[in-house]
Amino acid sequence: MVGHGVMGVLGEDGIHVDMNHLKSGEVNLGTSIMAINFKDGVILGADSRTTTGAYIANRVTDKLTQVHDTIWCCRSGSAADTQAVADIVSYHLNMYSIVNNEAPSTQVAASLFQELCYENKDMLSAGIIIAGYDPRHGGQVYSIPLGGSLHKQPFSIGGSGSTYIYGYCDSNWKENMTEEEGINFVRGALSEAIKWDGSSGGVIRMVVLTSKGAQRHLYLPDTGYTGPGATN
Amino acid sequence: MNHYPEVWGRPRDDVYGSYNPSYLQTSGPKTHTQSPAVTGTSVIAVKFNGGVAIAADNLASYGSLARFTDVKRLRIFGDSAVVGFGGDVSDMQYIDRLLESIDIRENYSAHGNTLNAKNLHTYLSKVFYKRRSEFNPLWNHILVAGFDENKNPFLSSADLLGTTYSAPHLATGFGAHLAIPILRRLFPEETPIEKISKEEAEAALRECLKVLWYRDARSLDQYSVAVITSDGIEVKENQQIEAQSWAFAESIKGYGAQVN
Amino acid sequence: MTSIGTGYDLSNSVFSPDGRNFQVEYAAKAVENGGTAIGIRCKDGVVLAVEKTITSKLLKPGANNRIATVDRHVGIVTAGLVPDGRHFVSRARDEASSWRSVYKSPIPISALSNRLGSYVQAYTLYSSVRPFGVTAIVGGWDSEAELAVDGQVGSGPRSGSGGKVDGAQTGGPGLYMIEPSGLYWGYYGAATGKGRQAAKAELEKLDLSSGNLNLVDAVKEAARIIYVAHEDSKDKEFELEMSWISTLEGPTKGRHEAVPQQLLQEAERAAKRALEGDDEEEEEAKANEGEQMEE
Repeated sequence: MVGHGVMGVLGEDGIHVDMNHLKSGEVNLGTSIMAINFKDGVILGADSRTTTGAYIANRVTDKLTQVHDTIWCCRSGSAADTQAVADIVSYHLNMYSIVNNEAPSTQVAASLFQELCYENKDMLSAGIIIAGYDPRHGGQVYSIPLGGSLHKQPFSIGGSGSTYIYGYCDSNWKENMTEEEGINFVRGALSEAIKWDGSSGGVIRMVVLTSKGAQRHLYLPDTGYTGPGATN
Repeated sequence: MNHYPEVWGRPRDDVYGSYNPSYLQTSGPKTHTQSPAVTGTSVIAVKFNGGVAIAADNLASYGSLARFTDVKRLRIFGDSAVVGFGGDVSDMQYIDRLLESIDIRENYSAHGNTLNAKNLHTYLSKVFYKRRSEFNPLWNHILVAGFDENKNPFLSSADLLGTTYSAPHLATGFGAHLAIPILRRLFPEETPIEKISKEEAEAALRECLKVLWYRDARSLDQYSVAVITSDGIEVKENQQIEAQSWAFAESIKGYGAQVN
Repeated sequence: MTSIGTGYDLSNSVFSPDGRNFQVEYAAKAVENGGTAIGIRCKDGVVLAVEKTITSKLLKPGANNRIATVDRHVGIVTAGLVPDGRHFVSRARDEASSWRSVYKSPIPISALSNRLGSYVQAYTLYSSVRPFGVTAIVGGWDSEAELAVDGQVGSGPRSGSGGKVDGAQTGGPGLYMIEPSGLYWGYYGAATGKGRQAAKAELEKLDLSSGNLNLVDAVKEAARIIYVAHEDSKDKEFELEMSWISTLEGPTKGRHEAVPQQLLQEAERAAKRALEGDDEEEEEAKANEGEQMEE
């Protein structure tokens, strides 16, 4: 646990009155998230479980966060930290588009995320995947793991559930998939992650980013993640 | 509930003892990163007649997870220096950008970037030492390859503490244990580097990477090699470790007395 | 000047009753005394050129550059007070590097010019400072390639990113001129300094907006224009300094560099020939007139 160095006291009954402890018990996105490139852009996907220890604090969480029109991110780690970081980046991208009279590229968003995650690595527990579409660069996927390094990838998986699907993704990944193939790939991967990871669960949310804009998808567990599909 | 609203919902002093607010003090020591997250393993390099060859695999590990398999850990500076990075990848990216900003500043003058590998190594070792003295180290072990001010091949190492050392062949991480003995056997101390050809040097590195692939659990069979000569830098990324020896596994049966 | 003695010209940040800031206008006068500086924007790059007046025989030829490199892809030339130009360039370098530290990519020429315009304008607002005694020409090339994040590791799909739109805006040349008031516009061709009138007339003849002039020809035209603009102060010696920025495939690979010595000399010879040619034509014409008169 990254923390503040000085420990608090242990009460008579063993209850730890300690900020470090409170911080480690905070709401956690023990998660399965991913984003992929496909023929027309990118697809982001995530489960919907938020836990505090073993208790499910929210079973229909939205871990796919918009930071600009067609730049989104998947958040994993501390909910508070990743929300704060996403809010700051969202503000900067908004300012960027106003000042420069031009939509920011995915690279700009990834750079801002990295600057925050790298410079504040002592204080953050955030694993973020950034995926975006712009007409010039097409779809792009970037991953920022714990230390604050930035990695451009064809597709990226993250969160506690991702460790169970490295094999699935590596075997089933194809470049230049159609939208339907892409959605099936993400759905197949996330349903496996949800199956094996206790900290992942609930519904599968997706966002498809193309020249047509952002399209949300939803897949429910009680229908075997078959639908309802596109929702807006 | 009592009439002190500020203690409502807090552990009771009579049950848990009084609250220890020491963690709130701002006068305590400031702490920083004490461990790397995403890391690269060994970097190895050899001097030869007229230049230096350097190599590193393309893996960035996350603990024991082989998480990123396309990370180029040899970074080029100017037109005659290469820095090979072991250790934290986010700090590598930080240093890479630092080097880029230095290159841009050097090019303000009409003479261009005149910093050689030796200058670069001195500078980076001081950056490392400054950061460790702030208790906020850059978690890397690097090799700097290129030329010194007399155009002689230069190879030297610097680590997260600012420690430096030089030798005709160097390796970081696991390579220091596995590659150095091989390189010492291939190129004994009494052999002058003028006797070592570029091809021999490069082949030696490839051989060392193969041994590292066999025996370093954080290594990858895809790697990059850079050869620096007076003609410039030749970088080959996405190399594959070839001619591996595994078939003898067939003759290994059981772990002792077993014969079938 | 009618304003002298009215008191409204003594302080920056004070308007005259008819709405003028005389300190800014005086700064513009300082620019009019400086050696001519021009910039040409063509489809495949940008050329900057300056007439460097030789103030002393003891100065080393080719040294004391007046065109500065700001980032890899940007150059700036100024006309007017040289030290003011140096400070301006220093600010430009800071802006370019601060952009890099936040966005991990080179600053677009338009964004740099915008920031510099704001900086110069701020020096017209306060009584504690004077405006810049320079007009600056900012030239650069916004990369047409897919921009990587500085220090990038890893790569996208081997087949390239999907969904790219053909004909999407993908970088290109940028040329801006910033005046002491902070006013700036983007130009196809820009000129400032002593010979700006003649230079502008020549630039207009080039029909730059049609996009027919290529970079190497623009270098030659730039040299010629500096020589033409120098005609009015022929008695003073000068040195021609030129720099250029090309496409990534072009001679400078998207970087701001001094024009190579060989091309510079070639351009200079062509410029001198063109000027002598003009003189000869005039003389020939006069001679013909004479003959006709005789007839």
